[in-house]
Amino acid sequence: MKRRTILAGAVAALAMTSGAFAEDKTKVGFVYIGPVGDGGWTYEHDQGRLAVEKEFGDKVETIYQENVPESADAERVITQMALSGADLIFTTSFGYMDPTLAVAAKFPNVKFEHATGFKRADNVSTYSARFYEGRAVQGHIAGKMTKTNKVGYIGSFPIPEVIRGINSAYIHAKKANPDVEFSVVWAYTWFDPAKEADAATALIEQGADVILQHTDSTAPQAAAQKAGNVITFGQASDMSEYAPMPRVSSIIDNWGPYYIARTKAVMDGTWESTDTWDGIAPGMVGIGEISDAVPADVKAEALALKDSIADGSYMPFTGPLKKQDGSDWLADGETADDGTLAGMNFYVEGIKGDIPN
Amino acid sequence: MDLSAISPTLLVASLMVAATPILLAALGELIVEKSGVLNLGVEGMMITGAICGFAIAVESGSPVLGFAAAAVGGAVLSLIFGLLTQILLSNQVATGLALTLFGLGLSSMLGQGYVGLRPPSVEKLNFGPLGDIPFIGPVLFNHDWMVYVTLLLCVGSWVVLKFTRVGLILRAVGENHDAAHALGYKVVKVRLLAIMFGGACAGLGGAYLSLIRVPQWTEGMTAGAGWIALAIVVFASWRPLRVLLGAYLFGGVTVLQLNLQAAGLAIPVEYLSMSPYLITIAVLVIMSAPRKGGKSRASLAAPACLGRAFHASN
Repeated sequence: MKRRTILAGAVAALAMTSGAFAEDKTKVGFVYIGPVGDGGWTYEHDQGRLAVEKEFGDKVETIYQENVPESADAERVITQMALSGADLIFTTSFGYMDPTLAVAAKFPNVKFEHATGFKRADNVSTYSARFYEGRAVQGHIAGKMTKTNKVGYIGSFPIPEVIRGINSAYIHAKKANPDVEFSVVWAYTWFDPAKEADAATALIEQGADVILQHTDSTAPQAAAQKAGNVITFGQASDMSEYAPMPRVSSIIDNWGPYYIARTKAVMDGTWESTDTWDGIAPGMVGIGEISDAVPADVKAEALALKDSIADGSYMPFTGPLKKQDGSDWLADGETADDGTLAGMNFYVEGIKGDIPN
Repeated sequence: MDLSAISPTLLVASLMVAATPILLAALGELIVEKSGVLNLGVEGMMITGAICGFAIAVESGSPVLGFAAAAVGGAVLSLIFGLLTQILLSNQVATGLALTLFGLGLSSMLGQGYVGLRPPSVEKLNFGPLGDIPFIGPVLFNHDWMVYVTLLLCVGSWVVLKFTRVGLILRAVGENHDAAHALGYKVVKVRLLAIMFGGACAGLGGAYLSLIRVPQWTEGMTAGAGWIALAIVVFASWRPLRVLLGAYLFGGVTVLQLNLQAAGLAIPVEYLSMSPYLITIAVLVIMSAPRKGGKSRASLAAPACLGRAFHASN
């Protein structure tokens, strides 16, 4: 009996403290696919979270949950966050799309932001970055740097986001070097260092001397370093600990400014459901420093390509381009529209192999 | 498709490396299960070993010290399991699962300061002219020392279990703890030692991942290897040399499927990705199928007291 009284008292005290917190602070939740220490994708989202904390100080409280699988668990975690009084919840992986919408329907007063998805609701925004712009720069460097003319690409899941990256990298590698070939390995995971390392090793053993990755850990960088003469690019985060070799450049996701702006909108009551897709120009996609391992002329070309994308004079998907099966896609000078890009499910002409269904 | 791009020599060589972590963990678990204890915490002990080994190797600059620390870390963690299940008689399945969760959490806490660091590299052993023999040279004589330690450990376990008195006592405790107790063997002591050996092996397996195979520290880096190790013990019907076979088979299919993908084989990737697991499941099903007498091969081979608590007053 006595124990129960103590417990009840503790629960009441807990409820009071958390209630008191909720009144004057904006609570922002983050759902992560990997650990914050992955050195890649989740790490950068967490940097964004820290930027929000730094910007608003005492006025904001952030919570996060790591390693949330893209399954029924996601819905449970998001629900839990909404129940704990979060005002704004960022769900940061493609597979959280349907769970986010399902939870959002139950909590109309909570705002949700889903990264890399395409389904929205009155209280669900989507946001993503035009990583393919960065992939174009990588592709150019890869095409110039490869000596074996074989580029290995570690894909995670065959979703439009990843396919877009492969196409963009291939188009620009091919422009730089007509003999280049891509081998794509699908790892079917966002984060599994051992498997990513094995995939990189398999590609290297088959002659690839450039490894591009669309998975989250730094394991492929370590594998390339072990193999010697292989270059890689940092993915999602700078991964500068592997510079100047094997990492010669990187795509950096910079979520901080967006997270700050959205949190501010919730505080001011001006939050609306939007669809944001920003690239190099607004700074959501950054190109990490191109290391000295890249010859100066290649570096200059890569930076010129980056600048032309940033100022809008060049779009990475500009015709003439054909699809893999040889059918026409874009006429000369025509650029791809966002709708096609968002749902991209085909390779461009020249890439070998099939996209798994 | 260009299958000629796959070099069988490199494939077998990388298979041996890919299989080493699960082989170590499975070997440890085999000894534990032979003593009649089911420890489902392999994953937790592996990941704890991975970070203990990584941290010490980075701090000391010596991979050997790192591996030693990994073995100690895994053994200490397994001792928690040992005390709970052997002295306090808690349920082995539940305690093992809790150990996995605990190990995952503990390792990510210990690993806070070690993300993004590089461990001291482990050189491959140089066997001189032996390494130049075609095929056999690169396959057998071009690895780091842990691969050979693991192989020795595997043969050693087989010898100890089959030919020595220690192995006989261990098996007696696992087959019939009451009889072993009546003969005067210290059942709990034997089991605790076996559990610690299992923990040390799992720790070494984890450290092999973080120090050699990947090599870096990231949270959750074992990514289910511990569970595969558990399956391989059943797969091998509790025999050390079959554990070796099982681990190499699993490692081989994993490496092969990535190589086939890279070579552009026309088989849909989904099938390739699931193939290691499918083969494991298929063998487990075959093993568990009832034979004429009504008992399955697996249940015949399993130690009779597996998973049963022992208390001297029983």
